[in-house]
Amino acid sequence: MTVSDTNTSIPYYGGEKESLFFTEGVRAFLLFVGSLIAFLLFWEIGARAEWFASGMPTASETLKELWWWVTNPFFNNGPNDLGIGWNLLISLRRVAIGYFLASIVAVPLGILMGISSVARKGFNPYVQLLKPISPLAWLPLGLYVFRDSEVTGVFIIFISSIWPTLINTAFGVANVDQEYLDVAQTLGASRLRTIFKVIIPAALPNIVSGLRISMGIAWLVIVAAEMLLGTGLGYFIWNEWNNLYIPNILVAIFIIGLVGLILDSIFAAVERFVVFGRNS
Amino acid sequence: MNSATPVDTYSPTAQLSIRNVAKVFWGKKDLFSKLSGKKSKDFVAIENISLDIEPNTFVTIIGPSGCGKSTLLNMIAGLSDITAGEILFNNHPISGPGPDRGMVFQNYALMPWMTVEDNIRFAVETVYPKWSAKQVNRTITEHIQLVGLTGAEKKHPHELSGGMRQRVGIARALAFSPQILLMDEPFGALDALTRGFLQDEIERIWEQQRKTVIMITHSIEEALLLSDRIVMMTRGPAARVDEVLDVPFPRPRNREIIDQHPAYHDLKAEMESHLFRETRAVEEARISG
Repeated sequence: MTVSDTNTSIPYYGGEKESLFFTEGVRAFLLFVGSLIAFLLFWEIGARAEWFASGMPTASETLKELWWWVTNPFFNNGPNDLGIGWNLLISLRRVAIGYFLASIVAVPLGILMGISSVARKGFNPYVQLLKPISPLAWLPLGLYVFRDSEVTGVFIIFISSIWPTLINTAFGVANVDQEYLDVAQTLGASRLRTIFKVIIPAALPNIVSGLRISMGIAWLVIVAAEMLLGTGLGYFIWNEWNNLYIPNILVAIFIIGLVGLILDSIFAAVERFVVFGRNS
Repeated sequence: MNSATPVDTYSPTAQLSIRNVAKVFWGKKDLFSKLSGKKSKDFVAIENISLDIEPNTFVTIIGPSGCGKSTLLNMIAGLSDITAGEILFNNHPISGPGPDRGMVFQNYALMPWMTVEDNIRFAVETVYPKWSAKQVNRTITEHIQLVGLTGAEKKHPHELSGGMRQRVGIARALAFSPQILLMDEPFGALDALTRGFLQDEIERIWEQQRKTVIMITHSIEEALLLSDRIVMMTRGPAARVDEVLDVPFPRPRNREIIDQHPAYHDLKAEMESHLFRETRAVEEARISG
């Protein structure tokens, strides 16, 4: 008997062992592809047989439209005929500015609220009152105060994406493991050094999940807000609704979803990077 | 019951002198707590403890669960306020935490986002902000070597086993050269085998450095292997020092032959009966209370 033979002498009791090609991942992929084909077929046949509203575009028509928009993203024939790439960049730019401003307010304020229970109790009523307000409720006020649709868009993103980051940061900072603080204290670390070297890194997983939720909300809100502003993906949808051209609306919906997915994946990757074996 | 140090006869050579120390956790009795039903009573954790610790001795504190051992250690570390009495360290009363006392935590308390090296660097740089990078690095390398973790410098704590993490905890506490090392059940979270390895390691390091150590433990064998003096505390609330035992075994000690010393079994029996009595009383109090 050679050493290589020992493998075969272990009896197989079932379970665990999986065939090489039919793993869980492969099966899930097949389910995905299968259901997608079924859905597209149902759509195609249904649209042709006019099961849905009359004038509902077929799947093939919509996919053709999608292909055209994706391959011609950047053209500019005036504000009502703008490539989807430009509209996407305009939306992303608004989100980026509003979200960035919200983050640079929310993170430091959240840290303050996490560290000082007086600040937490003092500011909490504002947070709790303002958090549940629908972002669109701010729109008329923004337009009146700023007299500018661009600034108003950024303002709406700011006011709606500030809360999750603020709340999560305050929570993370307030719940930093007492042992880490004890270590810093026994070493005689200054308050500032403790904040920057211990409290913020310890709260980072919470801060990043707050930023992730905020980003999701910013992306949700921009589309709604842009329907009432001048440009961007939201306006694109509104414009196509006025043209009553449904395939383009479906194209825009798909692209909005795809971009949201990509943005969320970026933050998911950052989250994994800051966890270091902690469960979050 | 003979008190540890008779009142008012303090040792003049003591490095650390605990004098009539008490700790009360004050209950909530303000109007708001009364109205919201959160009123709580005062809790006397430690009633009156006096203890002198000479330099270069290894002292172990042993006692039943919840007897205030950790509270006492936290007061020495300066993490917990002293309600009454005083603790003198080099003849100066302790008023807060400081790097002259190094602390080893039961759950290691390593920063998970820092590598092994950076955990130690954080301690050294905090205590000696004026040191050159070269000096800091040399100290880090020395101490990683001391606890036998060379090669793991760049690893994060979650990549290490419990025993390895506590080695980092010990290296961190020693790296900034405290005068006294405080260890709060340092091996409590480890399995028996790893525990034994680390005890041997502590014994070896102690022979090299002979630093004053105050260690809390639940294990009689651990106390007998490592300490020069064993402080036995009574059960809480209002815990006191019951008795202080001197451990006469010669050093360096070896776990295999230490039980051949004529005093070993008497000491062990005495500790066992003490712990047994106190622990049973705790359980009885819990049933009747």
